[in-house]
Amino acid sequence: MREIYFDNSSTTRPSEAVVEVMEKTLREDYGNPSSLHQKGVEAEHYIREARSVIAGILKADESEIIFTSGGTEANNLAVIGGALAGRRSGKRIVTTEMEHPAVAEPAAFLERLGFEIVRVPVDREGNLDLEFLGNAVTEDTLVVSTMFVNNEIGSVVPVEQAAKLVHEKNPKTLYHVDAIQAFGKYRMIPRDMGIDALSVSGHKLHGPKGTGFLYLNKHTHVLPVLYGGGQQGGMRSGTENVPGIAGLAVAAREAYTDFDAKIEQLYLLKEHLISGLTEMGGCVIHGQPGRTGAPHIVNAAFPGVGAEVLLHTLEDQGIYVSAGSACSTHKRSASPTLSAIHAPKEETTSSVRFSFCPENTMEEIDFTLDVLRKYLPMLRRYRAH
Amino acid sequence: MENGIDMYDTFLIKYGEIGLKGKNRNIFEDALAARIRGVLKGLEGEFEVTKERGRIYVRCAGSWGYDEVISSLTRIFGIVGICPVVVYETGDFEKLKSDMLDYVRKEHPGSHETFKVKVRRVNKAFPMTSMQLDAALGEAILNEFPDMHVDVHHPDIMFDVEIRGQVSIYSKVIPGPGGMPVGTNGKAMLLLSGGIDSPVAGWMVAKRGVTLDATYFHAPPYTSERAKQKVIDLAKIVSRYTGPIRLHIVNFTDIQLYIYDQCPHEELTIIMRRYMMKIAEQFALEDGDLGLVTGESIGQVASQTMQSLLCTNDVCTLPVYRPLIGFDKNDIVEISKKIDTYDTSILPYEDCCTIFVAKHPVTKPNLKIIERSETHLKEKIDDLVKTAIETTETIMVK
Repeated sequence: MREIYFDNSSTTRPSEAVVEVMEKTLREDYGNPSSLHQKGVEAEHYIREARSVIAGILKADESEIIFTSGGTEANNLAVIGGALAGRRSGKRIVTTEMEHPAVAEPAAFLERLGFEIVRVPVDREGNLDLEFLGNAVTEDTLVVSTMFVNNEIGSVVPVEQAAKLVHEKNPKTLYHVDAIQAFGKYRMIPRDMGIDALSVSGHKLHGPKGTGFLYLNKHTHVLPVLYGGGQQGGMRSGTENVPGIAGLAVAAREAYTDFDAKIEQLYLLKEHLISGLTEMGGCVIHGQPGRTGAPHIVNAAFPGVGAEVLLHTLEDQGIYVSAGSACSTHKRSASPTLSAIHAPKEETTSSVRFSFCPENTMEEIDFTLDVLRKYLPMLRRYRAH
Repeated sequence: MENGIDMYDTFLIKYGEIGLKGKNRNIFEDALAARIRGVLKGLEGEFEVTKERGRIYVRCAGSWGYDEVISSLTRIFGIVGICPVVVYETGDFEKLKSDMLDYVRKEHPGSHETFKVKVRRVNKAFPMTSMQLDAALGEAILNEFPDMHVDVHHPDIMFDVEIRGQVSIYSKVIPGPGGMPVGTNGKAMLLLSGGIDSPVAGWMVAKRGVTLDATYFHAPPYTSERAKQKVIDLAKIVSRYTGPIRLHIVNFTDIQLYIYDQCPHEELTIIMRRYMMKIAEQFALEDGDLGLVTGESIGQVASQTMQSLLCTNDVCTLPVYRPLIGFDKNDIVEISKKIDTYDTSILPYEDCCTIFVAKHPVTKPNLKIIERSETHLKEKIDDLVKTAIETTETIMVK
């Protein structure tokens, strides 16, 4: 059966070039970058190269890139490390109601330690309440952490504007951006945008799982969360994941190659799916309208149909989507974002997310629409009531 | 190692009921010994399981692990207790006395408890009678440990001493699960769902010596691959007690949707369950099972009222065993925690009994009315049942 993979916000298939460089570093250049001998130097070369590629994309200093085990670790480092670094000068952390658990949970952890957490609300489309955000930042605010692109409904936070609001109120506050769904979809220059720290994950952009990085402005003070051999300037101890970092850099470079054409392709896919769904009727699209929202995410509710049942029905036809956030599939509570936008229960229980990569085609969308047209009436007919 | 655990390499297995079974005794003992061998075969180390004069001994050698052996033995039905035994070389009474004191010192350091010594002198060459030895060893312990006292009626500690080629001393009994060895009481077909009750019901029947087969009904796409994996995982946990389980996985979707189309919605669950029983009975007959087992308990849900049970029972010719029938949910949960199925049972996957459940299902179904509703199914249901049976996937879970 053909495979139509519309779950690229959960994870992506690593590109050929990524697999190739990883295989080489696993088979041949397997040294420890800290070793003094030639094997170590060869391995270190990949790290330097990766740092330079990523710094180039972000127009940052190479020393501002800290490689991590993924997006979750980068978020933890920024939020917890930022809070701990400033703990003597304040105790407030500001975040949003629609954060991914990788930010929401570190914040909740800090709350248990005695920090004060303020969560900024969003509206029905997932627009952040910027006025609320501005008011929430006080003299003793240590960290503000917001997403760039929401992982469930693709709504976009105007991070540059947010950074401005934050720093007008308190120039010392660390503004962290969870850009895990945004990197590769938007051009971003943290220094110019007023972003102090920015998290990225490798496997969302056709790179390997278990990789990611935190951009951290060199003037920003953050305490490490992992201690050990003092690698990466002591900010992230642990022997560098050379194959992963090499793969991540290749993926990052590819994401920004032919960038505009790829983004256009993603928007065309998204618009085609939305117009098909709208024509079909009986479904509700979440998120910001038009091209305000992210190019690769469509979140649609099909009231009267269980999200999981729809997911498995599509799966039977080779179409892979997600229901709820894939990182937390085992929890049945309504997803954080759909709760934050106050979606009614009939929508939270029936929402699935289609997320694209540039390799997806219009024909795949057409096929999916055909499948939906064929099976939705049956799924609506058989239900608990 | 602490508390002298490294002294043991032998366990005496105590069994209760099977000792009482007259002529069948040998069969039961052999079944128990075979089950112990089967379980220990999966562990690291070398094990010798022997039957000697109405006792089963497990001798361990090689790199075996105490905790692993004990936890495996405590899952074997038929075992009432496991006694870690310390073995000494035989010699004269002075050696026996010093070994006895050595044992007390290591196994019950600083004890203030009451005790009794019971010697079994199998080697009659030993120059004192059992009774004399009881008294002499008791006295030696009293002299050496002044805080310990003798109580021949209700001792806290019973020192069992056996004199054969070697001297074995034991005083500790680790409780086993009781019951009877699996395989000594025929086979039954368990209707296994992903819930809390059915694995417990299966465990309870297996405890009486019954070998289990199982049937699970899934309804893709309404139930997921993970729900199916969950049931396989549950069967796997139960099989640690029962030995391998043959699991039939039936695709029930089409039958369910057909009932949904043809019958009153509030009767859906009860009619569905009647077809589940019918299909499970088919497999039971094929597998040579002597009955069906369900996790039902009176009144727990609408489909388990007395009236509902009557309706579902009616389709079966084999007896239906419901070991949880008088249990409260709390009691069932407690057992499921004890046997380690609970954490898996509560994973939140949809199961096929709940997906189409009506808001107000009938709680007092009338058999005549249910049968009349089922006449609306006559056009296709036989074919659907046949297809469901033919397309069933059967796996051995162990």
